[in-house]
Amino acid sequence: MVQYSQAHIDASFGALSDATRRGVLEQLGRADASITALAERFHMTLTGMKKHVAVLEQAGFVSTEKVGRVRTCKLGMRGLEAEAAWIESYRQLWAARFDDLDLVVEELKRKEKANGCK
Amino acid sequence: MDVSKESDTNPTGVERKSERELVVTRTVNAPAHLVFEAWTKAELFRRWWVPRSFGVTLLSCEMDVRVGGQYRLVFPHEDSTMEFFGTYLEVTPHSRLVWTSEEGDGGKTITTVTFEETAGKTLVVLSDLYPSAAAVETGSTNAMPEALEQLDELLVSLESGVEAE
Repeated sequence: MVQYSQAHIDASFGALSDATRRGVLEQLGRADASITALAERFHMTLTGMKKHVAVLEQAGFVSTEKVGRVRTCKLGMRGLEAEAAWIESYRQLWAARFDDLDLVVEELKRKEKANGCK
Repeated sequence: MDVSKESDTNPTGVERKSERELVVTRTVNAPAHLVFEAWTKAELFRRWWVPRSFGVTLLSCEMDVRVGGQYRLVFPHEDSTMEFFGTYLEVTPHSRLVWTSEEGDGGKTITTVTFEETAGKTLVVLSDLYPSAAAVETGSTNAMPEALEQLDELLVSLESGVEAE
């Protein structure tokens, strides 16, 4: 089970290690898109984009559905989690920064008050 | 996420405004001139830009806060260092700062910060306008590599959650 999980983590990291694939996830976070549209957007061949989508699909970040002749991609369950997690990590960084900023500003407030009392 | 430890501070909001823009908002319980000071004096800025909880210390922090002036932040990174640098485009005392981040490969990120004082408190609104949608995800000065590392950690915890079932 540990090995299975390790393999799964490796698949996740592999899937996210590529800037284009992160871009595809980001794109799908806003709207579903066909492989053709993704290929055009990222200036690559249909074959190249198919490979990227396959990697993302295997790791659970993307799910695809073929309707007629068009294969549509959307965020998979883990893709949604990853997007939420990324925004949350950004928010946490800023919350931590502002918490420390509060301390600096409190100190400035005290200094200003002390100077005002002179 | 664990919000309990933030309960005694003002909430921090993050919103994706467009495919290239992320906006952070927070109210600081102090007048704008003091908040502005903390954003523009290097010796104050370096005390909060890298939160203590990150366990990283800035090696150097130089800021020439005037239109056309440069800044440069140096962090330790693995066995080497990592530099973040750019130029101030707008400096309006106590109300507005605009700067570029130029260390990325994919073009400049433009950061705009506004300080709006109401009844002794200051609403800080920070917008990061990335050069491309892909650059938003790869991060920059304002996200720092830790953001992606945290994503990795979160993914690992998601995974271990599955494993525990």
